[in-house]
Amino acid sequence: MGLSTVSAQSLSGWTSDLLARLPAPSGPLAAVQERGRKALAALPAPSRRQEAWRFTDLALLVGLDPNSSAALSRGDATDGLAPQGTSQSGPGSLRLKLDGSSDPLAGVCLPAGVSPLSESELGLALGHTLAATGCEQHWPVELNHACASQLLALRIASRSQVSLELVSDAAAELRPLRVLLILEEKAQVQLCQRLTASAAGLTSLVLEAHLGRGARLEHGLVALGQPDAALIAHLALEQEPESDVSLVAVSAGWGVSRLEPRIVQVDGSATTTLRGLQVVAGDQIADTHSHMAFGGPEGQLDQLHKAVADGRGRSVFNGAVRVPRAAQRTNAAQLSRSLLLSDRARIDTKPELEIVADDVRCAHGATVSCLQQDELFYLQSRGIAADQASALLKRAFCEEVLRELPAPARLWCPFERLLAADGSEARPVDGLGSGLEGLVGEGG
Amino acid sequence: MIRPDADVLLEISGLHARVEDKAILKGVNLTLRAGEIHAVMGRNGSGKSTLSKVLAGHPAYTVTDGTVTYRGQNLLELSPEERARVGVFLGFQYPVEIPGVSNLEFLRVATNARRVQLDQEELDTFAFEDLVRERLKVVQMDPAFLDRSVNEGFSGGEKKRNEILQMALLEPLVAILDETDSGLDIDALRIVAAGVSQLATADTATLLITHYQRLLEAITPDFVHVMAAGRILRTGGRELALELEERGYDWVDQELAALELG
Repeated sequence: MGLSTVSAQSLSGWTSDLLARLPAPSGPLAAVQERGRKALAALPAPSRRQEAWRFTDLALLVGLDPNSSAALSRGDATDGLAPQGTSQSGPGSLRLKLDGSSDPLAGVCLPAGVSPLSESELGLALGHTLAATGCEQHWPVELNHACASQLLALRIASRSQVSLELVSDAAAELRPLRVLLILEEKAQVQLCQRLTASAAGLTSLVLEAHLGRGARLEHGLVALGQPDAALIAHLALEQEPESDVSLVAVSAGWGVSRLEPRIVQVDGSATTTLRGLQVVAGDQIADTHSHMAFGGPEGQLDQLHKAVADGRGRSVFNGAVRVPRAAQRTNAAQLSRSLLLSDRARIDTKPELEIVADDVRCAHGATVSCLQQDELFYLQSRGIAADQASALLKRAFCEEVLRELPAPARLWCPFERLLAADGSEARPVDGLGSGLEGLVGEGG
Repeated sequence: MIRPDADVLLEISGLHARVEDKAILKGVNLTLRAGEIHAVMGRNGSGKSTLSKVLAGHPAYTVTDGTVTYRGQNLLELSPEERARVGVFLGFQYPVEIPGVSNLEFLRVATNARRVQLDQEELDTFAFEDLVRERLKVVQMDPAFLDRSVNEGFSGGEKKRNEILQMALLEPLVAILDETDSGLDIDALRIVAAGVSQLATADTATLLITHYQRLLEAITPDFVHVMAAGRILRTGGRELALELEERGYDWVDQELAALELG
């Protein structure tokens, strides 16, 4: 499926077809579906004429058949990692499989401290963080709203510690995933999320999380796709003071992927750590548009976004940071580092800082480089073969982000898998036996 | 140690090389036998470092003429990694920092690549740790440096110790040390020189590339070569280094001018 330029009209046409073929609104999200469909019908489809989509062409979606999109997914390919349904892997630990069409909590015994949101709570909470992070009227969000018939909505009780694993493999044309988490005061959640695609299709994820005062969310997202699959994800996080968010998002292998982490520290005084790694090869496009807003003083942001682009791949990063007058003594640092491995690959990276407060520290930087010839030669001069040396340097580049994934998510994303998922052939590490294993360390 | 009957390890003959369009080596001749320590001295830009990089196979340099034979084999046909595996070692003037790659594992992979070449068993993590701890003594290096990324944040002296540690692990037959003395204080110089002396045996040859006599006070060379304008202008014994120290390089320029006029 080519990624040739397509006019907005054809994505609009695809959207209209989709809307026409969706089943009548039903289930817990019926009202949301109805609103989403109206909004989607009225919104212009993303096109490269819009600034936010300037580099990212969603033509891949047009190739997906809205007929089967309308059917949504039923049944899953087994992925060998998650058991069908659910399992509990320990106290305070829960693994759920999301398929977008069935109730993820059916038959599940929730661990202590975790409860499903009631209908009235849902009415209040659903969409709250999306609004707070400025996601209203976003086409990807409305697309999810229009289609999603199920959601996972959980409340994590104050001071409880929970480990959640959410697994989804898109075997169907359209996989709308909707997640809402409410973390009460001082609740701690480790959320490991794995998105894969075993067939051509679109995975649409909208995740909202509200962190109460002093709460902590450690979110590892591993998204490994394939060249004819697309991923569009909004991760909306709302932080009360003294809360702590660590988001590590790794994506590779998607024909097109668009990740929008959108975080607001409502009254400042919170800590946000963002780590991103996207790998593209072939004709793939990976786009991260992050948006960080400080609503009060003394907020902290530490952001590192890395990209590896090979083949004719294209990597886009746009890092918005908003520091209004109220956000005095904000301390924010953003760094974008990209590795360009081919003459035909392309990197677009842009910080977008809007600073009104005058007593702040906001650092930003961006680098784009190739593999360093002097590093390659140094490794070779010690007997390490050229292809192994370059694999090693790529791995070291990626490892800076990978090592920050929460432990369970890290197991989903060994470096070899990341390389294999980038559409190129997995490069064997022959001749060294297990020598390369562990060669990448913690750094100095 | 000069033994005229010792095996020739490296024979450089009429070697010409250029970087981009600039000719740098213009006919280098040099023979290294087992057991010998050679020093190559010369001004900046005389071609000393280029010689070392050409021998190690740096891709930026092109050999335009001449031959380099290592133990009967055409060295110039081998890739940089093959040269390392068969026993040619280059100690870098500026060792490269490689963030994110663990020094310990880098050393292990490099050591195993050499061991495979020598039909020796590869070492697992534990066996290698034993070996590396023993070899650390050669350069009196703090084991803490093993846990860091390759050369990252190392001081000049630590980088050079790390180079000699690699040499101690790879056990090359021909070691080319490019300005290993630069950036070292007196103590570090003594330690590094002692390490190099310890590793120079009757079976190996060492080529020291240096600006200064001071390294040669710690490591006594069998031969001293003076390089200028891409070739070896004069060869002598230890006394030649002393003469250079005393008279500077001006006479080299005069000699070169006379040669070119002639």
